[in-house]
Amino acid sequence: MIRLEKRPTPSRFWMAATPLLAVALTMIAGGLLFAALGKDPFEAIRTIFWDPLFNEQFASYSRPQLLVKAGPLILIAIGLSLGFRAGIWNIGAEGQYIIGALCGAGVGLAFYPAEAWYIFPLMVIAGALGGWAWAMIPALLKTHFRTNEILVSLLLVYVAEQLLASMALGAMRNPEGGGFPGSRNLQQYPAASNPELIAGTGMHWGVVAAFIAVIFAYILLNRHMLGFQIRLTGESPRAARFAGVNPTALTLFCMGTSGALAGLAGLFEVSGPAGQISIDFNQNYGFTAIIVAFLGRLHPIGILLAGLLMALTYIGGELAQFMLGLPAAAIQAFQGMLLFFLLGVDVLTNFRIRFGRSEVA
Amino acid sequence: MDLSAINPLVLMASIMVAATPILLAAIGELVVEKAGVLNLGVEGMMITGAICGFAIAVETGSPTIGFLAAMAGGAILSLVFGFLTQVLMSNQVATGLALTLFGLGLSALMGQSYVGVKPPATDKLDLGPLADIPVLGRVLFQHDLVVYLSLALVLVVWAVLKYSRAGLILRAVGENHDAAHALGYKVIRIRLMAIAFGGACAGLGGAYLSLVRVPQWTEGMTAGAGWIALAIVVFASWKPGRALLGAYLFGGVTVLQLNLQAAGVAVPVEYLSMSPYLITILVLVIMSADRSRAALNAPASLGRIFHASN
Repeated sequence: MIRLEKRPTPSRFWMAATPLLAVALTMIAGGLLFAALGKDPFEAIRTIFWDPLFNEQFASYSRPQLLVKAGPLILIAIGLSLGFRAGIWNIGAEGQYIIGALCGAGVGLAFYPAEAWYIFPLMVIAGALGGWAWAMIPALLKTHFRTNEILVSLLLVYVAEQLLASMALGAMRNPEGGGFPGSRNLQQYPAASNPELIAGTGMHWGVVAAFIAVIFAYILLNRHMLGFQIRLTGESPRAARFAGVNPTALTLFCMGTSGALAGLAGLFEVSGPAGQISIDFNQNYGFTAIIVAFLGRLHPIGILLAGLLMALTYIGGELAQFMLGLPAAAIQAFQGMLLFFLLGVDVLTNFRIRFGRSEVA
Repeated sequence: MDLSAINPLVLMASIMVAATPILLAAIGELVVEKAGVLNLGVEGMMITGAICGFAIAVETGSPTIGFLAAMAGGAILSLVFGFLTQVLMSNQVATGLALTLFGLGLSALMGQSYVGVKPPATDKLDLGPLADIPVLGRVLFQHDLVVYLSLALVLVVWAVLKYSRAGLILRAVGENHDAAHALGYKVIRIRLMAIAFGGACAGLGGAYLSLVRVPQWTEGMTAGAGWIALAIVVFASWKPGRALLGAYLFGGVTVLQLNLQAAGVAVPVEYLSMSPYLITILVLVIMSADRSRAALNAPASLGRIFHASN
């Protein structure tokens, strides 16, 4: 009989090893999935994980894309991880991302065609505030009416998507766009654009913001009282209450921060790589960031690495679509599978596996 | 704007059709939560059921076999969640989210060759003279089997939970799993059965969307129906009868806003489309604001991990 025995404290070794084990298991299961789709599994895995970085033909295009895709994922996941640690579940980052992009782009478009140094900073502030405000809805409903923040934040994603459609087709539509949906292209409006900072690296202001967020989150969680309170609340809400943690303030802080960071990610995306508000400019970053946060073990450094890995699956997935005709949805299933495996092998962190006869249960 | 174009009888009949998928998913999730498990993967199980049912119905030409396949698909997927949360003791919130993300990807993958295909029609149940009753016959008695099945399911779940020994055990497991375990009940086995039941219900609801309500397959077609089902369980404060009320209320809002869109009301389509979500949030707030009622019925062990120490 196999039996699980609770460890007195979580195993440090397995805490670091489980993400790697999960990635390895996902590659095996993903290979089986690709084989079932009639593709060569080894070639598919190589196309997704190896070619974007090292293939001579594609790497020059793919490598910069790594930072472009990882930036928003890391930025959002850092914010989410704070709440997840404290048991506050903001799963509506996709909506906050959209609203941040709408608010930021709205400010930029309002100034068109003025040229001034302060336009882009104002857009950044508007983007962060937009995401923050959208996240405050579930936060305030939770603190004032004890409404479940999981459901409200998620339902607001659908509201945000409708709002996005309405904006792309109506208020923000490009007046010179010949009636096509979508706003003016911000990349062609220097004062409001978020350009590549160092040519050929993919580095833009959003990536810079993501790195800064990683550093701040690290300091917050390891060196600051608030970070201690977040961790304590996650481990034991009751003990946190006795230690003088104010749960209302903590909820507002965690939800607000994650919303603001998601809003920033949306703004940097719309003013940079995406360029314009269009019906489907959001690329599910808000949901994929949930996987990134867990894959990174809710730890800032882990999230940084997990974000890069997840970005790689995005790029590799596109490459596999192009080269092998692998459907786009296969990558989505692949990413979901990764989270499954991660949560599954996590049992090794908290439990010891014992072989032998169990007592009568 | 032409509001007279809206026929109240057709409207009421279509409310029943619109409410059925959500009612099925909600009643399944209600049983799961009564057993003390929070499965946030309803959306993923629904959409998997939608494509399983659709694909099998198209291949076999029989919607009935499609519905059965959808139930099987939803149940199998839910057991992945069950294995992870019950045996490997993973976090239920995170695992439920994973189930939704995976289900959305998997369904899109499976449904690639079914986009734009027309499914076989589901027959209306022949209720003979009942269907000919003026007014009522049109509204109540001209539907397919699944609509009546969902109503019967509410009744059965209510009766089983309230009056039967099995229901008592299920509730005991949900209220205090340690005590239930001490009494000799197999907590994990009971929960796995409840999870599979919830998965089958969600799968059936999803298939009803793709085979009857829409009827076609598009990626992400559930559009939050699974999350609304979760909200309805909270709204119902874990009572089957109230879940029925919630689902029909939601169905009413959905159908009404669709009809208003068609009638060309001077409100942009996008704002009408967001109304069901906003009303769901509003109802959630009203329910949870009432402290005495909200906390009273929630199963005490909801979302807690069970590990038998010996």
